Amino acid sequence: MKLFELTIHELHEKLVSKEISAKELAESVFSRIDDVEERVKSYITVTRDEAFAKADEIDKKIASGERIGPLAGIPTAIKDVMNTEGIRTTCGSKILDNYIPVYTSTAVKNLLEEGIVMTGKTNMDEFAMGSSTENSGFFVTRNPWDLERVPGGSSGGSASVVAADEAIFSLGSDTGGSIRQPAALCGIVGMKPTYGLVSRFGLIAFASSLDQIGPFTKDVTDCAIVLNHLIGHDINDSTSVKIDKPDYTKALVNDLNGITIGVPKELMAEGIDPKIKAVIENALKLLEDNGAVVAETSLPNIEHSLSAYYIIAPAEASSNLARFDGVRYGYRVPDAEDLIDMYMRTRAEGFGDEVKRRIMLGTYALSAGYYDAYYGQAQKVRTLIMDDFNRAFADYDVLVSPTTPTTAFKIGEKVDDPLAMYLSDICTIPVNLAGLPGISVPCGTVDGLPVGLQVIGKTLGEEMMLRVAYSFEQSFGWSEKPKL
Amino acid sequence: MAISEKDVKHVAWLARLALSDTEVERFAKQLDVILEHAGKIAELDTKDVQPTAHAIPLKNVLREDKVGRCLAPEVALANAPHQEDQAFVVPRIV
Repeated sequence: MKLFELTIHELHEKLVSKEISAKELAESVFSRIDDVEERVKSYITVTRDEAFAKADEIDKKIASGERIGPLAGIPTAIKDVMNTEGIRTTCGSKILDNYIPVYTSTAVKNLLEEGIVMTGKTNMDEFAMGSSTENSGFFVTRNPWDLERVPGGSSGGSASVVAADEAIFSLGSDTGGSIRQPAALCGIVGMKPTYGLVSRFGLIAFASSLDQIGPFTKDVTDCAIVLNHLIGHDINDSTSVKIDKPDYTKALVNDLNGITIGVPKELMAEGIDPKIKAVIENALKLLEDNGAVVAETSLPNIEHSLSAYYIIAPAEASSNLARFDGVRYGYRVPDAEDLIDMYMRTRAEGFGDEVKRRIMLGTYALSAGYYDAYYGQAQKVRTLIMDDFNRAFADYDVLVSPTTPTTAFKIGEKVDDPLAMYLSDICTIPVNLAGLPGISVPCGTVDGLPVGLQVIGKTLGEEMMLRVAYSFEQSFGWSEKPKL
Repeated sequence: MAISEKDVKHVAWLARLALSDTEVERFAKQLDVILEHAGKIAELDTKDVQPTAHAIPLKNVLREDKVGRCLAPEVALANAPHQEDQAFVVPRIV
């Protein structure tokens, strides 16, 4: 096995025992990047010099006998939606093409303090709006399993980077499925924590009541390790929750005796590819074999999730993206006649089509005469969906479903049909509306392409969710890799 | 039709987005399909349902009124497309 193929926990042991150095590890990952990046195109920015400087620092610590944490020296990629001081941060948009942040987001800062070696910033759908990474203002990222297919989105670069071994793990953000969906399509583990568990300070906002940062990893153990260091109350994010930090690795128990698992029938209904359903049914059997009690349940209002989401998320986005006006940072048209002309043409030239669509959708849903019918009603539907989850969680410890209705689709297949693209997030969106944690773990393939199993936890129920995901992973024994 | 080309022009103006005529035509068609789908929630009876703005209960968070760390002027202006005398410069307004 090459070093770039290993997990965080495997590499940590090798670093601590001085079998390898952080520099050797960085060399391995960057040689992999040199090998495959031209084909996969995961990164918008590669930070090679900074990475080797950081690796040196970690090696000095190890040499001096200092104890290092589990993330020290681990090559890590960051979605280009999180501010990184002194390192270009584009959010996948031409409007931020030249933006160099003057501060670092809390989530990234937490990991940097733990000693991660940042490899670069990954490609994404512009402003995290999309399900295929085709909406990037720069280029299309490819799925390492099939270069003619999308990696999913919006965190497509952060998923492909781990699937292609161009980083050991990465961070993404998830507003309606943007971590779990690409993780499923790329055959890796991706997790969205409970809303508020991870600080959003420095995360460029899309829909503030839904956005959450989370990890992409090669296995569930790595996911728990990263989560341990990602969470915590932040004075700069008033929505971040105050809890005693658990050690999530303690939740990794390979035993499901007495655990109850609900399968919402609406997420196994029409719209889900029958071949995916068959893979999920096998996964459910495996969960039963591990001691879990698996039964069908219902979330009757969940069919309205997509509608509610495509009003609430664009409404919040239309407000959040008002800040991109050419005044304080980012692109500005060079020849504006007056202030209004500057705003109108800066935004017209700086934003891509999907961002414009969502800004207009949101502006419409919030405008006089339509507010009650669209935004007000969508907020009430959100309550109904949360009530559905609460009722289900009275009977079950976790819920499981497919992560996506289909496997990775072809590049270009859905770009001209926004609604068809939106439907690829049908299993993940309800989880964001309810603020719940969700994880996608690989559970098989259909026609050579990976399928993800989504495990949904209760509010702050990450430990039970990780236990179920871990137990499944251990007995399933997924070891398939894309051939690049 | 949930949304007309006239509506799209109005919304684009509210959102400060300059659109060409062909864009207005294309976006009107696409937004109409999306709004038709999203508009289905109007069928639901929500008479006695409270709206949810946030999935977790939130309350105002206040801090002590004292000066904390803040950005130096040159740092705050570092990304400005146009700056002069510690200020952001914009085209003439009045």
